[in-house]
Amino acid sequence: MTTTDKQPIIELRKITKTFGTQRVLDKVNLRVYEGTTLVIVGASGQGKSVILKHMLGLVRPERGNVLVFGTDIATCSRRKLKEIRKNFGVLFQNVALFDSMTIFDNVALPLRERTDFSAREIRERVEAKLELMDLQGAGAKYPAQISGGMQKRVGLARALVLDPKIVFFDEPTTGLDVHKSNEIYRLFYKTQAQLGYTAVIVSHDVPKIFKLSDYVALLANKEIQGCLTPEEFQLSDNDHIRSFVETTMGPIYTSEREETSFYEKV
Amino acid sequence: MQKIFDKIGDETLNFLEVAGRMGIFLLACCGRIIAPPYKLQPVIKQVHFIGSRSVFVILFTGAFTGMVLGLQGYYTLRKFGSEGLLGSAVALSLLRELGPVLTALMVIGRAGSAITAEIGIMRNSEQIDALECMAIDPYKYLLAPKFVAGVIAMPMLTFIFNVVGIFGGYLVGVGLLKVNSGVFFQSMYDAVNWVDINMGIVKSLVFGLLVIWICAAKGYFLHLERSGGFGAEGVSRTTTSAVVMASVSILIWDYLISAIMM
Repeated sequence: MTTTDKQPIIELRKITKTFGTQRVLDKVNLRVYEGTTLVIVGASGQGKSVILKHMLGLVRPERGNVLVFGTDIATCSRRKLKEIRKNFGVLFQNVALFDSMTIFDNVALPLRERTDFSAREIRERVEAKLELMDLQGAGAKYPAQISGGMQKRVGLARALVLDPKIVFFDEPTTGLDVHKSNEIYRLFYKTQAQLGYTAVIVSHDVPKIFKLSDYVALLANKEIQGCLTPEEFQLSDNDHIRSFVETTMGPIYTSEREETSFYEKV
Repeated sequence: MQKIFDKIGDETLNFLEVAGRMGIFLLACCGRIIAPPYKLQPVIKQVHFIGSRSVFVILFTGAFTGMVLGLQGYYTLRKFGSEGLLGSAVALSLLRELGPVLTALMVIGRAGSAITAEIGIMRNSEQIDALECMAIDPYKYLLAPKFVAGVIAMPMLTFIFNVVGIFGGYLVGVGLLKVNSGVFFQSMYDAVNWVDINMGIVKSLVFGLLVIWICAAKGYFLHLERSGGFGAEGVSRTTTSAVVMASVSILIWDYLISAIMM
């Protein structure tokens, strides 16, 4: 694991999780450093979202610790967990907007429930966030009345409305076309620069997602195969990482010698 | 043979697990009701949903229940020459039994099933997880107002049911079958005691709690359903099971409360 002078804000220590008889995570270790962006990649069904759910305290491990701001959320009280979650913003894979509320009410909900702001302050803050996400005028609509890309942006607005310290993204661009994906990445880049939050992203969108990441971790074979910078990741000798990079990006980093021998055979 | 014991053990463990979960759920909801902050608006909204929007169906069922009681009661009592007791028969049946029970069954059908489906869909589409991740307590935000509203709305609906039912009985007994109006009300006045009214109130309060408890818990724990709470089919299956479970519980508790308060 790459060392850094920054402090780990989230640390998974030897996390083991089994669903029924199927072991999904086996002694997973992972650190997320303050102010950085960690991208977790891996094939579908490997348990990337399960790692995220551990970090959010939605799933508790059989063994191991999940330290967030130094507190083990796998064993702490619900009250403490709630306090820690006040620093979280989450963009779920299926967005999880409250479908019986308008877009405005969706974004306003955390403000209404967790702050003492007046109705006017809430309106101003929500409208500012909707504007940041290019969603002006959509406040009165319901989630079912807007497109998938817009729903993701509403989800992002809701996740960021209380200026969280850590934002989790579970497959933020799945199901979107290239333009919409780029739009989400642009908004991510813009808001992170503005708000300075730590980001944990689970994504399939390799190699594009590498551009946004400080660290990339591959989950394969129930373990984290390496948490490296994007450059280190693409040059890693680890079999799993090498195979993943070649599968998703093609054998673009094979050596000259290998390429020569390949052409000689042909 | 071992398979049979395995099955019995498995079912017993499952029953204990569900019972424990339901008990903790109720305690957690009651705890959140007591704990501040208190917000009135969500409760009013739920009283409107569970109570006001059930009024029409309660008016209908109450009126026809009272009317059929008047009709059946009249022909039964006439055999003994006691048509004069029709008022007391209608009132006692409604106040002690039919009012609370039928109101509860109507509320289960109209609001209880909707609560299970609503919370179940929220569970399935990760909306409850989203609430938790936003540090918004789903028990406080989502469930506590429903419990308070259930306990407020159920007695009110039962009152309406009883009043309309008695009027329905009066309409058939006095209007149609020509029982003397004074005798109808006098027999009611003589026979009905505060114990009967109190029994109705206690029942409606308990039923209010019971309906919301079962229907909300079934939706909330949809993902833990043994038969699989996945997708639209999971929601429909769980909603059906919540309605059946709540209805049966109402009838069982009706007997228990009657036996205790008699």
